[in-house]
Amino acid sequence: MAAPVSGGGRLCRLAWRRRAGALHSGAQPAALGREPGKVAAAQSGVAPWRAVVGLEVHAQISSNSKIFSGSQVQFTAPPNSLVSFFDASLPGTLPVLNRRCVEAAVMTGLALSCSINKKSLFDRKHYFYADLPAGYQITQQRLPIAVNGNLSYTLCVGAKQSQMVTKNVRIKQIQLEQDSGKSLHNDARSQTFIDLNRAGVGLMEVVMEPDMCCGEEAAAAVRELQLILQTLGSSQAIMAEGQLRVDANVSVHHPGESYGVRTEVKNINSLRFLARAVDYEIQRQIEELENGGTILNETRAFDYKLGCTIPMRDKEGKQDYRFMPEPNLPPLILYDAKSLPANIDDQQVVNIDWIQERLPDLPSVKRVRLVEQYGILPEHSFTLLVLEELWKGEGKTPLQIVKEKRLELIQNQRELDQICQAVMEGHQEEVMEIKAGNKKVLNKLIGLVQRATQRRADPILVKQILEKKLSQ
Amino acid sequence: MLRAALREVSTALKEGQVSPTELCQRCLSLIKATKCLNAYITVTEDTALRQAEESEKRYRRGQSLGDLDGIPVAVKDNFSTTGIETTCASNMLKGYIPPYNATVVQKLLDQGAVLIGKTNLDEFAMGSGSTDGIFGPVRNPWSYSKQYREKCGQNSHLENEDSSWLITGGSSGGSAAAVSSFTCFAALGSDTGGSTRNPAAHCGVVGLKPTYGLVSRHGLIPLVNSMDVPGILTRCVDDAATVLGVLAGHDPKDSTTVQDPFNPFKLPSVIDVGKLCIGIPKEYHIPGLSSETLKVWSKAADLFENAGARVIEVSLPHTCYSIVCYHVLCAAEVASNMARFDGLEYGHRSNMDKSTESMYAATRREGFNDVVRGRILSGNYFLLKQNYEKYFIKAQKVRRLIANDFVNVFSSGVDVLLTPTTLRDAVPYVEFIKEDNRTRSAQDDIFTQAANMSGLPAASIPTALSEKGLPIGLQFVGRAFQELQLLTVAKWFEKQAKFPILQLQEMLDHADALSHQKISLSS
Repeated sequence: MAAPVSGGGRLCRLAWRRRAGALHSGAQPAALGREPGKVAAAQSGVAPWRAVVGLEVHAQISSNSKIFSGSQVQFTAPPNSLVSFFDASLPGTLPVLNRRCVEAAVMTGLALSCSINKKSLFDRKHYFYADLPAGYQITQQRLPIAVNGNLSYTLCVGAKQSQMVTKNVRIKQIQLEQDSGKSLHNDARSQTFIDLNRAGVGLMEVVMEPDMCCGEEAAAAVRELQLILQTLGSSQAIMAEGQLRVDANVSVHHPGESYGVRTEVKNINSLRFLARAVDYEIQRQIEELENGGTILNETRAFDYKLGCTIPMRDKEGKQDYRFMPEPNLPPLILYDAKSLPANIDDQQVVNIDWIQERLPDLPSVKRVRLVEQYGILPEHSFTLLVLEELWKGEGKTPLQIVKEKRLELIQNQRELDQICQAVMEGHQEEVMEIKAGNKKVLNKLIGLVQRATQRRADPILVKQILEKKLSQ
Repeated sequence: MLRAALREVSTALKEGQVSPTELCQRCLSLIKATKCLNAYITVTEDTALRQAEESEKRYRRGQSLGDLDGIPVAVKDNFSTTGIETTCASNMLKGYIPPYNATVVQKLLDQGAVLIGKTNLDEFAMGSGSTDGIFGPVRNPWSYSKQYREKCGQNSHLENEDSSWLITGGSSGGSAAAVSSFTCFAALGSDTGGSTRNPAAHCGVVGLKPTYGLVSRHGLIPLVNSMDVPGILTRCVDDAATVLGVLAGHDPKDSTTVQDPFNPFKLPSVIDVGKLCIGIPKEYHIPGLSSETLKVWSKAADLFENAGARVIEVSLPHTCYSIVCYHVLCAAEVASNMARFDGLEYGHRSNMDKSTESMYAATRREGFNDVVRGRILSGNYFLLKQNYEKYFIKAQKVRRLIANDFVNVFSSGVDVLLTPTTLRDAVPYVEFIKEDNRTRSAQDDIFTQAANMSGLPAASIPTALSEKGLPIGLQFVGRAFQELQLLTVAKWFEKQAKFPILQLQEMLDHADALSHQKISLSS
């Protein structure tokens, strides 16, 4: 069973154990019950493992037209109806950079506390595939538009998932690039259908450093990124529509040793599958290594029906993409208030400071405000924020919602005290057990208080009150 | 009329001395009569006549669009033309009919020019002879000239000269031959390493390579994106300036065109070169240079000096590295640009259907000739991760040094450089094909490709006839975006050189005899 340890800070101290019994298909990774303060129980002879997870998130840019051509961006449309001459790679066509895509990337970079590169470059990444008409993708390999940022996200921890822990993941870079078309295989008839509607849609690739240690962290990080993108409007980030796709890089190693060989799990398109795929892959690697095998530096896909990762046959061996500068696009130059040349047509330039000034409040800021100003529980702030968008249409403010749903914390100490007292009196047996030394039962009492207060009590405060009473 | 300069024809059209349809028909007849030159891949007879009729209506209303209205022009077959097959002389694009016009083509049409046909070239513009396309080689019109045949003692019929005809040079040989043989008044070529200037020199016409970034490449099927420019071929320098005035300027569809506004210019009629400084690069005096060309070059330098110009020797020290550097960068970009030809969206598709990969491989093997495939293979080799630094990056660095050579020379007071365009006059086809394409390109591009590496404007001007009676051209290289100065100097030189007009009458008489139609070049 996975033995948990976790805390705050960047380095995840979660230690993994191989699950008892072999991995079998259909198995779900066990829920990680983590309790603060618990240390991994050492099992005889088996050293603990640490997992390291990095992510490459591809977010489709929310824009009217594609990143290098004027054809429309639309999720559902008849196949090959949104394809310009450039998208179809007709000879002689040239890329023209879409300003809105640049702004989206700058917004996202600023929201993720990145340094925006005032000069960035475009490159060609070559490979042959039916959904890549030009035989290369235009991307930013040498010098991307934004680097060195970070993303804070929160996890619910504790037995009842009621404690919030803040985690950090470093953002290595954000790069602008083209999306590919879609291919649909009909193996029975040996046919492949190509739809180029998606070919050339603008993407922001957000690269997250391997600061995560399990599927839950990966999913939480991506969820927060999703909220940020949606708040900015730079991407609608709807995973089900393919607007947000995740590739996970997973490896395992023993604490104190260097990182292991990593595998890449590609094209995960839901948060649930992301968590499952990552956790499965971690377990698979542990099992493989403990059986004396080795991990191949390979690309794998997640089979969501079987719940496992499988090697992707056509991506065997390391691909050499023969990167080359894109000769048809000059370097992308961005300005700020200081470097902006005089007498310039501001339709022709992107001003980083101008964009910074107009950034909306990010989800983390909004949550803090909800908790501080309206006194609601932190975990409710998450739900509220998501619902805020829904309710916006009905004209209600968060405060009205809080009052309506009676979500505000019980601040009155006396009231809390009375409720705790009542619970204790109603559960004398449990009180006796605690006094006899069985501390675990305290959690039951806390839970009863929560129920009585409709979860409007701060659990830490409740615990303090109960402990004080029990020691009397 | 067919030998006249653009402005004269334009005046004649305005004054009704000749009509656009007459002009068009004469050119079409002449094309038929000179069919053996193989200069045209597609002759757009119907659309040309239609365009000529439209032009005629405009002239009758007194609403001509400008100097190019009603003027027959030809376009190299690597420019995209709506509804007109664009092949790049390759099996890969045989039958490909583009749905859009290249910007430069559109600009010509917007000025009322009459598109008379798409001209022949080396496959995908790779070559210096216009011999390696699927439609066969282009013949230099001077092969049938009175001047050449007299000098070579040829008195027999044309048929016997079938084996000794000369190449046009390349890769824009079709366009050069078309202009040279009077079948059109101007033609578009492309220039990546000299592909406009080289055939211009061999065919005795003016070949202008504009500054990189001045003229849009949108619709020009690329060879090397960082070096390609559309080239202009005409029979005199004034005409080149006229055409440039129509084509130059920023194109939002081409992000590598400069934003600065371009002002079309008319070259002065009185030119004084006394204040100029002409540079003669000493590294261009190489062993392979024919003694004739060397003589012509020296004479030209003297001409400038006698007119009061300062003529000095200059140095472009990295010249010896430029051919190798060019080949590395060219191959790398070719490998990349050709990756789109997979048979899926357009062009040739192989019948092989076992798998996508095998279909790709078969399509590309069937669609490309050896020259193209060779460059793709070497280009991919240079771009491999383990080779990128020592080939591609290294070549980019050397390219910077070569470009700096020119910057240094031009900032030391030199206005224009004067060099040969080619090593010698045109050779017979049977001799040319003794060496392979790569060897020939390396030899023939030697004076021209540095201008592509550095992005500078350059023009080849017909200067004199060789002992064989064949054209020798000299090249002028100017400062970036200083086409006005470059062409002014070139125009002065053209006036001094008094290059003779191609005498093709005998060939045409022969064609008459075959077709019973009298074609005359005299007005």
